[in-house]
Amino acid sequence: MLDATDAHVVVEGLVKIYGDRTILHGVDMTIGRAETLVVIGGSGAGKSTLVRHLIALERPTRGRIVIDGTDISSLNDVQLAKARRRFGMVFQKYALFDSMTVFDNVAFPLREQTKLSEKDIREKAMIKLKELGVDHAATLTPAQISGGMAKRVGIARALVMEPELLIYDEPTSGLDPVTSRTVDALIEEMRERFGVTSVVITHDMVSAFDIADRIAMLIKGRIVAQGSPAEVLAVDHTDVQAFIRSSGVDVKRFENRGNRKTAAELAEKARARKADRAG
Amino acid sequence: MSGDEAPKPTGFIASIVAPVKSVFEEIGILADLAFRAVFWGVRPPYRVPLVVAQLEFVGVQSVFLVGLVGLFTGMVFAVQTVYGFRRFGAENMVGGVVALTLSREMAPVLTAIMVAARAGSGMAAELGNMRSSEQIDALETMAVNPVQYLVVPRILAGLVMVPVLALIFFLVGVGGSWAIGVWGLSLDPGIFADRIKTMIVPSDIRQGLIKALVFGFTVTLISCRHGYFASGGAVGVGQATTRAVVWSVVAVFLLDYLITSMLTEV
Ligand SMILES: Nc1ncnc2c1ncn2[C@@H]1O[C@H](COP(=O)(O)OP(=O)(O)OP(=O)(O)O)[C@@H](O)[C@H]1O
Ligand SMILES: [Mg+2]
Repeated sequence: MLDATDAHVVVEGLVKIYGDRTILHGVDMTIGRAETLVVIGGSGAGKSTLVRHLIALERPTRGRIVIDGTDISSLNDVQLAKARRRFGMVFQKYALFDSMTVFDNVAFPLREQTKLSEKDIREKAMIKLKELGVDHAATLTPAQISGGMAKRVGIARALVMEPELLIYDEPTSGLDPVTSRTVDALIEEMRERFGVTSVVITHDMVSAFDIADRIAMLIKGRIVAQGSPAEVLAVDHTDVQAFIRSSGVDVKRFENRGNRKTAAELAEKARARKADRAG
Repeated sequence: MSGDEAPKPTGFIASIVAPVKSVFEEIGILADLAFRAVFWGVRPPYRVPLVVAQLEFVGVQSVFLVGLVGLFTGMVFAVQTVYGFRRFGAENMVGGVVALTLSREMAPVLTAIMVAARAGSGMAAELGNMRSSEQIDALETMAVNPVQYLVVPRILAGLVMVPVLALIFFLVGVGGSWAIGVWGLSLDPGIFADRIKTMIVPSDIRQGLIKALVFGFTVTLISCRHGYFASGGAVGVGQATTRAVVWSVVAVFLLDYLITSMLTEV
């Protein structure tokens, strides 16, 4: 499988227990640099819980999360804050700041984490809002916009920092099909332009098979299938088959995804960019 | 299940142990949050606009309410004290006694309770909402420490504004008692003022301000704690708000006794 040096995120034996309920039963997975991993699985399977561990919003009950060779549960608050500058997340429930306008929400990470001038910040934030088709709502507050718009603002806010690791928790749920494909295209673009590693949770099988380098399927806190889209389709597991079949997606479509760049090609770009930032 | 937890005690013992244990746990949670607030409060960036917004929320928006309560408290005390003191011909002392009670007790305690009811409940509801809608997680993801961003400005505002408000309460209260005493109950204005001057010493004002400072810290800390660690959606936010006010008020009375017995030599 993946060369160890190429792994961006490694999850080892992750167990999460809330009270007396075990939500994750020992999850193991490796996410390569510049790879898009799509996580699918039923409601309440523990997908959100799993990805929240990747950016240390939850502490593992057992097991560890290694990002870029560092076990992130060993970091203190200050070190963690520093590490998080390289992560971005699109939250399932948008998580926009109520007290700020749409524009200020997207400008927020730029103001906090960069030394850009207010003019550059304005430009960057507006470009992202425009790409997601919500620039006209820039001066409204989150309470004044629709759910689908809020979702897109949440995506704009996560993408604007161009982080190395982006986590999307159901980025297309609640969006119309056309907008959903726009979001898929943006996820692809982040990968191709900046070599971003992405973890995408989705119930949208079209999007899953369009953007995935690899798919992991989580059922009741266990990974039951993991591999390339073709491999996952071929898995001989009734739950997996039922899940994909019932989505009604044309499973042939992923085979002709054209001249999509491989993770290995893009990883080079990601490493160069990382060195650039460090230097 | 996990095997590494101690077995839960049952029956009679448990009914005594459990509440005591949870009080200590609660104190632990508060101490931890207070420690983090200090840790993050002293390091940059200093979020001046957020502090100013909280000063305005806790202080400026409470002035009218605190003044109103102060006025009526002063007036009531004047009437009651005159009634009592007339029995043994000591109504000359009324001005001094009312000022003493207001400065040492009424001003800090009632101000803290008003702030808990008005600002504390608001803080718990707002932070609780931010927790349940993942806004606090979002802050953290964007490498902004949420304690520094949310809790520190609120506690600072409590530390600054509760003493200021208590002082206002005291002044308005004394004014109210003067008005009732002199105009309503025909006490001699000169003697009323003179007794205030001779009976109130700096340590009375100091005790009031120390209390106000401690209460300001405690009320905002407890309110932030309940909002910040709220769980369970809208119901959870409602509970957090109630708990914030109830425990703030309980803590104020408890600390009032402790501080009084430490600072007062009888
Ligand atoms: N903070 C928490 N405390 C207790 N239980 C929790 C907590 N967070 C999640 N859970 C439980 O963990 C389980 C998995 O939740 P999670 O949000 O990870 O599911 P999911 O796979 O993302 O589902 P969905 O597709 O509906 O978003 C649920 O049963 C939920 O009740
Ligand atoms: Mg989820």
